[in-house]
Amino acid sequence: MSAPAPTPGAEPATSPQIGVDEWVRRSGERIVGPAGALGALRRAAERTPWYVLLAVFVGLVSAIPELTSNQYIIGVAADTMLYVLLAVGLNVAVGWAGLLDLGYIAFYGFAAYLYAELSSGHYNLHWPTWQSVPLVIAATILLGFVLALPSRRLSGDYLAIVTLFFLEIFNNFTNNGYAWNWLGFGATHNITGGPTGLTNVDPFRVFGHELTNRPTDYLWVATGGFAVIAVLLTFVNRSRTGRAWRALRDDPLAAELMGMPVKWLMLLAVAVGAGVAGFAGTVNAAYYQGVFPTTFYFPLLITIYVMAILGGAGSLGGVAVGAIVVNVLLEVLRTPNHARWVFYAAVLIGLLAKVRPWRLLAGVLAGLVAFGVVVNQVVGAVWPRGVHGAIAMGPTSFTTHGFFATCLRHWLVLPAHTYEASNYQIGNYAFVLTIALVLACTAATGWKRWVLLVPTIWGAALAWETTLIEQAPTVRPLLLGVILIVLMATRPAGLFGKTRVEVV
Amino acid sequence: MAPLLELRGLGVTFGGLTAVDSLDLTVDEHEIVSLIGPNGAGKTTVLNLITGATRPDRGQVLLGGENLVGLAPHRITQRGIARTFQSLRLFLNMTVKENVMAAEYGRTHATIVEQMLQLPRARREEREIHAFAEERLAFFGERLMGYRWNQPAYSLSYANRRRLEIARATATRPRVLLLDEPAAGMNPVETHEIAELIGKLRDDGGYTILLIEHDMHVVETISDRVVALDHGVKIAEGSFDEVATDPRVVEAYLGTKATVTK
Repeated sequence: MSAPAPTPGAEPATSPQIGVDEWVRRSGERIVGPAGALGALRRAAERTPWYVLLAVFVGLVSAIPELTSNQYIIGVAADTMLYVLLAVGLNVAVGWAGLLDLGYIAFYGFAAYLYAELSSGHYNLHWPTWQSVPLVIAATILLGFVLALPSRRLSGDYLAIVTLFFLEIFNNFTNNGYAWNWLGFGATHNITGGPTGLTNVDPFRVFGHELTNRPTDYLWVATGGFAVIAVLLTFVNRSRTGRAWRALRDDPLAAELMGMPVKWLMLLAVAVGAGVAGFAGTVNAAYYQGVFPTTFYFPLLITIYVMAILGGAGSLGGVAVGAIVVNVLLEVLRTPNHARWVFYAAVLIGLLAKVRPWRLLAGVLAGLVAFGVVVNQVVGAVWPRGVHGAIAMGPTSFTTHGFFATCLRHWLVLPAHTYEASNYQIGNYAFVLTIALVLACTAATGWKRWVLLVPTIWGAALAWETTLIEQAPTVRPLLLGVILIVLMATRPAGLFGKTRVEVV
Repeated sequence: MAPLLELRGLGVTFGGLTAVDSLDLTVDEHEIVSLIGPNGAGKTTVLNLITGATRPDRGQVLLGGENLVGLAPHRITQRGIARTFQSLRLFLNMTVKENVMAAEYGRTHATIVEQMLQLPRARREEREIHAFAEERLAFFGERLMGYRWNQPAYSLSYANRRRLEIARATATRPRVLLLDEPAAGMNPVETHEIAELIGKLRDDGGYTILLIEHDMHVVETISDRVVALDHGVKIAEGSFDEVATDPRVVEAYLGTKATVTK
């Protein structure tokens, strides 16, 4: 968006002195922020003090169980708050100190396992919550220091690889720790329960009251924890350590030469992040009544990174919003009912936002309709069974008798028994075809790109209807990839992140 | 009186290249000493050796009699030596004021727990950090004041970035300031201002200054003493006039008279 030129009449009569005069002093007033609803939201958020935003957010989230009795929604909210905690913890090392820490999930897992060991029948330990949770958090912080110690001289790619090793070691340990012995000496112990994990973990017990009302109680625990952690971290971010972290992120050498102990600050950032993950880990174990090794695999790490990047690494509120957006999107994909709406809405919004002028937009939309109908007619003439698929899933308007379903059936090529017989063959072809078309689109320029866009969207819709809509696990990474690509192209700094400059 | 900063037989070798060779140099309190020499003479390496960014192979760096060799760079800064960089190294994504505030890290002590809980010491130190940063920035007149405090450092002009680097260095509360080509890339007016500023840093700020400079007008105006380096070896020392007319210095800059051979 270009700033509107200041009105000539408003200029002072004297010639402006660049750098010192009124015109420069008031430059802030002329800065035009990002336009649109998102921009307005951002400006409003910037004007409001952080503690007000935090109070409103915490109040709204805590009120969810009062507003709805739908356990599914409350469950999603509790999960989302766990992700918010994880993203906020990751933000300390990654966003503030600029350390590419890929071992972060190991801290989460370690804390969950440690809480489970202390509060289950595995060792027949049933520690009270007020002892076990602080101990687990302290132990996780200590683990953060210990793991960061050998990597304190590393940065960038090296740090990423070494911390990734820690995560792999942790995954190996949890999977194989059911038969652990010291270098082959002595008897074997079952420490981690192996692939089946540890079960029958105690719930939290607060003031003699067992938190067994899942998920409501754990939504409240996670939200309360988030409120405390957000306050503590905001205070740190505004104090000497927070400034030193940001200095270290911008230029470690200059930071060291300006009197900041860079290696200690790195340890501190990893350890503080680990502490947040430690709290989240205990909540996870108590909430799910168990810990399982597969929870702490690499895909979770990627998901949390996407949350942090989408929200804007470096902004505490931003990564929290990123976690909410990503987790709710991923959750919606689980149910074809909702996923279908999201898909077509996203395509339509994308076209509306990006295709200008409106004549071109109308052309693309008309082309889309015409293309689908023609293909449908041609295929129907050659191979009648090829267009006889009945849409038996989705909201009413989408099922066989609905309006949208009729449209879709005459637009796409849905062979009979697409859904009933799990016939993914055509979907696989459509998927490959779509990828080829996307590649062609990126290579094409000018009008060719717009022409190619039509079959690309149609192919994507076909792949979506015939395969992807039923396969949430496949769509997850696809969605994360699409989010990152779109973000890179539109807002590299994330939704709420500040644009960063490396070298000027 | 013993010199405040003293280099004794300082030397470092990179591979086969002796970048600095048994350099002896003293800087007295409240003195401005200029280090000159052609490109590649080892001037910046000397600053790197003093600040600990490069570890010397031989020799000592003494600050008020205490040997600094082997200390981590941030410890050396905390002992009272601060520097600026020839190729600017500001914290570009932090605001102007934050750049200066960040440099006060080594002079403050509140632990991370005190900061999290905003205990009295953390709050008091934070007030002091703000006040001191504002005072440091005010040293540069109107240039770095007012609305500029909250602007990111990358939005500053080149000359203001140089000023901010000096402000940031002084925020570590040094006794000795090492300035690496403070006038590089400035126009004549700005160069003149910088020369005045360096004098003011010594007279009003009370700093002892060792600077590297290529602009001979600046060197002539402000230096108490000039040291010339070539190939890592000190080739001349004394007042500006003495050094500028020293045949070895002239030779280092201009080369020997060409002997025409047929």
